[in-house]
Amino acid sequence: MTSQTEELHDVRLHVNGTVHEVRVPARRLLSDALRHDLGLTGTHVGCEHGVCGACTILVDGSPMRACLMFAVSAVDAEITTVEGLTESDGSAQGRLSPVQQGFSDCHGLQCGFCTPGFLTTITAGLRDNPDPTEEEAREMIAGNLCRCTGYQNIVKSVLRAAEIERERGESA
Amino acid sequence: MKPAPFAYLRPSTLDEALTALAGEQGAKVLAGGQSLVPLLSMRLAAPAMLIDINALPDLGSVQVDESGVRIGALARHAEVLASSEAAEVQPLLAMALSHVAHPTIRNRGTTVGSIVHADAAAEMPMVLRLLEGSVDVASVRGRRTIPAAELFAGPLESTLAHDELAVGAFFPALAAGAGVGFQEIARRHGDYALVGVAAHVQLDGDAVASARIGFVSVSDVPVVVDVTDAVQDTAGDPAAAALAELDPADDIHATAAYRAHLVKVLVPKVLAAATDHARERARQRMDS
Repeated sequence: MTSQTEELHDVRLHVNGTVHEVRVPARRLLSDALRHDLGLTGTHVGCEHGVCGACTILVDGSPMRACLMFAVSAVDAEITTVEGLTESDGSAQGRLSPVQQGFSDCHGLQCGFCTPGFLTTITAGLRDNPDPTEEEAREMIAGNLCRCTGYQNIVKSVLRAAEIERERGESA
Repeated sequence: MKPAPFAYLRPSTLDEALTALAGEQGAKVLAGGQSLVPLLSMRLAAPAMLIDINALPDLGSVQVDESGVRIGALARHAEVLASSEAAEVQPLLAMALSHVAHPTIRNRGTTVGSIVHADAAAEMPMVLRLLEGSVDVASVRGRRTIPAAELFAGPLESTLAHDELAVGAFFPALAAGAGVGFQEIARRHGDYALVGVAAHVQLDGDAVASARIGFVSVSDVPVVVDVTDAVQDTAGDPAAAALAELDPADDIHATAAYRAHLVKVLVPKVLAAATDHARERARQRMDS
């Protein structure tokens, strides 16, 4: 089978609240469909075999590896990428989510390549456990690799994000 | 790293899936895909067709009764781990599942898929063997139940025929007077184990009637060793008895000698934990 004759599938993807129609071969990884077909390049592709966690997205709210799913298999799912984490506050660009703000406050990133996967993973992690201990924060991010920070500031960012979430909850 | 082209089917009924599977010798079943997709991306496998079972109805359940835990082919590891009823009836499930990869992988990967993937470095095939569970398979020819002892044919190879689809797995309940333990050593929690050890101990009164140990990452196929004799003999050495049946190998993560050392360290600890667990459960039964 050559690329000329490879069968294409019409797939409807629900991403960040928007419906997208794409025509892709069955072997199109969901990570590639998001980046190449939808132009959502916030989802990063590192190892492409499920180890590094850079491509982590939320599928029906649960963190999953976009590189270990095919776009054709994601038809019934509600997908959230890092682009969908920003909260609307009436302004054009919106405001950073608590997790994004936590990373900004605590210098939780250096080169930023791994960051989208951390942000999605932690967003779901704090929903399940809004008040993690430092140990639990470490466990929350154990499936994501970062080669810059040494993780110390990422752990701080998780704890800070939980704090921001509480502050915003109180002021709301 | 991209998979080679394949034909793709997403059937909505089991019959449709089984007919497709029977009609294409080169077809593979896609459930969670957490082991299959890396193999495809690295082109270690290039099936002609993938049959995606994620849209099939009625396969996602985790059913628990006093006989045990019945898990459907689409139940994700995370869903099995979240079932407190399952953990109560068969505590080894939760003990082992918390070591299966990272939570993100457990959100997609299925327990039944992991079992029929038959990786000797994975926890759940060994757990099914240790607990003497079984897998239910379906094909256009009918259904059958494969006992765990007859499920594993070789490295990454189950005894399912090419037209058979695993629709569920059954883990028997932990019997009265029995206890289990689990421990593994990995570079990071969630990575593949250098060595993993699970024990199942059955007491008769306060004496050990049977002691069996399952191992991860020290053999080509999921392996269980009966160490009852070594446990009952006060001069016996259960770890040495187990090692005689194992075949630890060198790889980039650990030498064979280090794996053998970990077996010697972990076996007594996990046996003791399983024996304590059995005694604790016996005490609770007396109290209640």
